[in-house]
Amino acid sequence: MTASRPWRLVAARFGRHRLALASLGFLGVLVALSLAAPWIAEWRGVDPTATDLLRRFAAPSAEHWLGTDDLGRDLFQRLLEGGRVSLAVGLAGALLSSIAGALIGVVAGYRGGRLDEILMRLTDGMIALPLLPLLIVLAAIDWRKLGVPAEIAQSESFSLYTIVGIVALTGWTQVARLVRAETLSLKARDFARAARALGATPTHIMWRHILPNTAGALTVATTMSMGGLILFESTLSFLGLGIQPPSASWGNMLTGAQDLLHQAPGLAVWPGLLIFLTVIAFNFLGDGLQDALDPRSERR
Amino acid sequence: MGRWVAARAAGALATLLLMSVVVFGLIGLMPGDPVDLMVAGDPNMTSADAARLRALYGLDRPLHERYLAWAGKALQGELGFSRSFGRPVLEILWPRLGNTLLLAGLAFAIAIVVALPLGMLAARRPGGRVDYLVNLACFAGVSAPPFWLALLMITLFAVALGWLPAGGMGDVPTQASWSDAALIRARHLALPVATLALVQIGHYTRFMRAAMIEALRQDFMRTARAKGVSEARAVWDHAFANALAPVLTVLALSFGGLFSGALITETMFAWPGTGKAIYQAILENDFNLALVGLLIATLATLLGNLLADLAQAWVDPRVSLTAGPGA
Repeated sequence: MTASRPWRLVAARFGRHRLALASLGFLGVLVALSLAAPWIAEWRGVDPTATDLLRRFAAPSAEHWLGTDDLGRDLFQRLLEGGRVSLAVGLAGALLSSIAGALIGVVAGYRGGRLDEILMRLTDGMIALPLLPLLIVLAAIDWRKLGVPAEIAQSESFSLYTIVGIVALTGWTQVARLVRAETLSLKARDFARAARALGATPTHIMWRHILPNTAGALTVATTMSMGGLILFESTLSFLGLGIQPPSASWGNMLTGAQDLLHQAPGLAVWPGLLIFLTVIAFNFLGDGLQDALDPRSERR
Repeated sequence: MGRWVAARAAGALATLLLMSVVVFGLIGLMPGDPVDLMVAGDPNMTSADAARLRALYGLDRPLHERYLAWAGKALQGELGFSRSFGRPVLEILWPRLGNTLLLAGLAFAIAIVVALPLGMLAARRPGGRVDYLVNLACFAGVSAPPFWLALLMITLFAVALGWLPAGGMGDVPTQASWSDAALIRARHLALPVATLALVQIGHYTRFMRAAMIEALRQDFMRTARAKGVSEARAVWDHAFANALAPVLTVLALSFGGLFSGALITETMFAWPGTGKAIYQAILENDFNLALVGLLIATLATLLGNLLADLAQAWVDPRVSLTAGPGA
């Protein structure tokens, strides 16, 4: 009973943030639809990969809810497939960058000294780089030249992993700075000093006392970075360097759209709208979580 | 001050050097091989020719030797030839640098002019109706994919309404008057500048709003009001002056990102800038062009960071530049 109190307080504060609640609902529906995409396809009797050159750019109908694309594929079903990929990459990338950022931040903040200086120089250095062009180069790399066997390097799952790794590279710096700042203030607090006096090892203190106390801030940062990383994945895929067709992603569905603006403006609208709504929903969600988990913060 | 600038310049140079090593290594890992491409383009070439070409370009030597050879030449101002243009890379990049600076600079200026007043307006009553609307607009601006924004702009203003050109810089006839030439350029700049500025406005407004709210709740504001200073003077001379320091830093820091972020806008609107050149060079295996282009983008970012520190010291007398960085 008493243990649930703080969570009720958090839930109540979160509930006051109407945009965050609406975002949570939207994302919930989106995730459910994306996960259920194969069953929905079966139920509707459409195959998202089946091309039909006689039915290109079909108008919305009972059979094709949002019409068909330039290869005659069902647009609605393609959007769901793209959602699976975009959400999965965003989630995996955000988790990966948060874990890396949290570990770097807590070690830098707790150990201090020379290690802190090196790690923070690295973080600042990353922030000072022209990230977009650099990551485009990284995304264009031919892994076979690094000795990765061709069948692995050209497989679909490998390209998915590299994209996750690349988007995670953009995200960890902010988390590292945040966690380091929290660690600096937490390690001077009484509970951390008591643990030290009792002879706890630094690893134990970092793992059991410091990191759990950064959970709130970490949750907010992870949620906020989801939006940014989904945006980034869509940009890379749009430029032809992310998720490769025929796999659908919201970004690569827009790649050819510019040339088809006259014939089929709808193809340019829907995937972009979904990216936009998903990213803004994650941002509102992060904002609401910040108010709920970290009411002292200055942002409101 | 002089020592501080020297230390920062040395740091920037070290970063640039490190960047050149990393990028040189990465570029070598990009798909395709320049000699293979040449051989593929000419059926008369034999494998012996290919081997001779490899030796000619030094491609048969190990990576570190190639880097040192490249760096030695680069220091003498020889940055190599672009494969796809067949001209020295600097000749390609130099005019494009100007185009990018024009595009990014205009977008930067417009974003600042819109965002600073908007942020101050929202900060006047945090949580109020105006603040809510401004916040909503900022979230929308920050969340829109830039390439999609560009697509919508083209659909609406170029395709549907036909008011503005969809891309390119426009051809200026040689006999055109100065004002006609400016008009042609302005019509071609309108959509890319608007796209680039829209994304920035959201970020800048939120920074300005946060800094202003922070400044407005400080003790010196109460003191000023208690002394009988007019509200306008209290807001402008006290709050705004204090909010400006962190905002200026963020603005200067963001310029480097804006410079390389212009890549997408330039590609969408066929604006011949450095970003578009880098992207095309990567796609077309134009190694030299991609390498030098990336180093120029790094340089722009580093200059932005340097400006951020100088701006901070200029508006905030508490910041001293005599102490070394990190001290």
